[in-house]
Amino acid sequence: MSKAVESLGKKRGLLHSFFVFWDKVGILLVFFLICVIFGILAPRFFHPLNILNVVRQVSITGVIAVGMTFVILLGLIDLSVGSIVAFTGMIAAGFQVNWGGNFFLSIMVPLLIGTGIGFFNGYISTKGRIHPFIISLGSMSIFRGLTLLVARGRPISGMSPEFRFIGAGMVGDVPFPVVLFIGTVILAGIVLKKTVFGRYIYAIGGNSEAALLSGIMVDKIKILAFCVLGFLAGSSGLILTSRLNSAEMLAGTGYELDVISAVIIGGTSLMGGEGGVYGTLVGALLMGVVANGLNLLGVQPFWQMIVRGAILILALLMDQLKRRFLAA
Amino acid sequence: MKKVVLLLVVCAMVLLPFSGTLASAQEADLTIGLSFPSLAFAWFAFLEQAVFDKAEILGVEVVSLEAENRVDRQMAIVEDMIIKEVDGVLLVPIEIEAIVPAVLALNAAGIPVVTVDRRLAEGAAEVLAHVGADNLEGGRKAGQFIVDKLTEKYGEPRGVVIELYGTPGAGPAIDRSAGFNEVLAQHPGITVHTRTAYFGRADGMRVMEDVIIGIPEFDAVFGANDEMILGGLEAMKASGVVDVEATITIGFDALPDALASIDQGILDATIEQFPGRQASDGFQVLIDNLREGTVPTEPITLIEPTVITAANLGDAEKAF
Repeated sequence: MSKAVESLGKKRGLLHSFFVFWDKVGILLVFFLICVIFGILAPRFFHPLNILNVVRQVSITGVIAVGMTFVILLGLIDLSVGSIVAFTGMIAAGFQVNWGGNFFLSIMVPLLIGTGIGFFNGYISTKGRIHPFIISLGSMSIFRGLTLLVARGRPISGMSPEFRFIGAGMVGDVPFPVVLFIGTVILAGIVLKKTVFGRYIYAIGGNSEAALLSGIMVDKIKILAFCVLGFLAGSSGLILTSRLNSAEMLAGTGYELDVISAVIIGGTSLMGGEGGVYGTLVGALLMGVVANGLNLLGVQPFWQMIVRGAILILALLMDQLKRRFLAA
Repeated sequence: MKKVVLLLVVCAMVLLPFSGTLASAQEADLTIGLSFPSLAFAWFAFLEQAVFDKAEILGVEVVSLEAENRVDRQMAIVEDMIIKEVDGVLLVPIEIEAIVPAVLALNAAGIPVVTVDRRLAEGAAEVLAHVGADNLEGGRKAGQFIVDKLTEKYGEPRGVVIELYGTPGAGPAIDRSAGFNEVLAQHPGITVHTRTAYFGRADGMRVMEDVIIGIPEFDAVFGANDEMILGGLEAMKASGVVDVEATITIGFDALPDALASIDQGILDATIEQFPGRQASDGFQVLIDNLREGTVPTEPITLIEPTVITAANLGDAEKAF
């Protein structure tokens, strides 16, 4: 943003001002445009029930996308989120159904495990100086395998009513997962903009060397960001298990792609240092709206995959072009 | 130091839920290799259990390996079985063509093969016997069930039916849908809307949520497997606009969760293909061949699928 403002005086051209404008509201504009198109094509698209549907469907991956924003802002990545969802969900179901049915344990243990896996990814990659891409690829495999090992091919079903509230409950007219998701976005927004931790994240993402030299505990912040992501992926595991009333072995497969897409489309740079959770919220909603709208129109799922991929590439291209035009 | 302790605690937490049991191999005269797509599907976990149970009775050792639903893994597993010199192989091929070279290698090594549930391409390699499900017939029965119920409701076969389709390209998805639509095509009064939900529960729920919005009036839902229909039922229950009990719903596979749902009066029916019987019959053929040298008269046995409703719940193989 600030870069854009600085360079305003240097170049004036139609394209340039377009990109300044794009930087500010581009993604929102695309989002509303897509909504309007679907609203015209599918009459029931703006039905209140459908709007709730979309937000509820998005909330499961959206919660993880908020955590992923922290990690990508640092210029890092985590591919193990889908496996964390499956493993924490399976552990939650285990405590619900097979190991005594204690509600408190069935919530706390999965969240602790999720945070622990985040810590593991962060600790090994920062202290071992190995790119988290590789480390999290390893944990992705480890925890998918552990999920299968715990379940031995048997989905665990039949949660208690209070546990079902997490995924299926309503607060007034709003589904509880949506409350959790929006709450997470707002809280994360405050943390990123108003706290020392948040400002350090932008500082490290912008220039890790400079941050280190100015006395920021770079490693600690990185590990903490992974812990936040692990915790939120664990929360998502609880929501999914609760909604389905069952823990599946293949739960969360492919979530990493949905989550990373939402963050990138929302304008957070893979290089780190630029972006934020509000963009991620729009990115996640945009992906959700595309899937939902195409479903309402009865479009084949292959097309959905093609369209989603195309949107991702277009978003990245726009980002690159913007950089080129706004660079002083 | 604190971090190290923390890491250890985390590891302990992660490993806490495991109480691994290692099966001790008993003295057995035969070793059979079992290869199937993946334990990630309850269906195959049940099939594996049935093989183990049968092996215990017959006093045979079983080496069971899953292929993570990837054909290259299955190839490697079968090739390794030749090296291990197993006496016979019970195989659930992931795809009908891809695994043929590995089966040809088994043929060359003189190791008999029996396929269960899914078939290999006709005549591509030598298979002692095939014991499997008749997905086409299962689909027809599911279709007929819905036609009968609609006729009961309206006095004639008409209405709107939602079909939840499996993974595009998978054999069972193609066959079940073909059988189902073959029956429904004979009744022009019935409209079918097909949506893909990849055989998954979460997908079934998501797709059904969108269906409820896009097609507000429907009479029946067919899920090409229980996972999809169970996810769909959750969506219908949560929507507050669909009467789950009045909607005709039928799944496929007779998984424990589906049977429980039928018992509660929510799901109307599911199709039972008797995976346990398929597995143990196939296993018996293989052992008979190895011990007595018998060759089955019928190379292909298709087990007749059955519609399970609240009236005949007892006929279902109670999985686990």
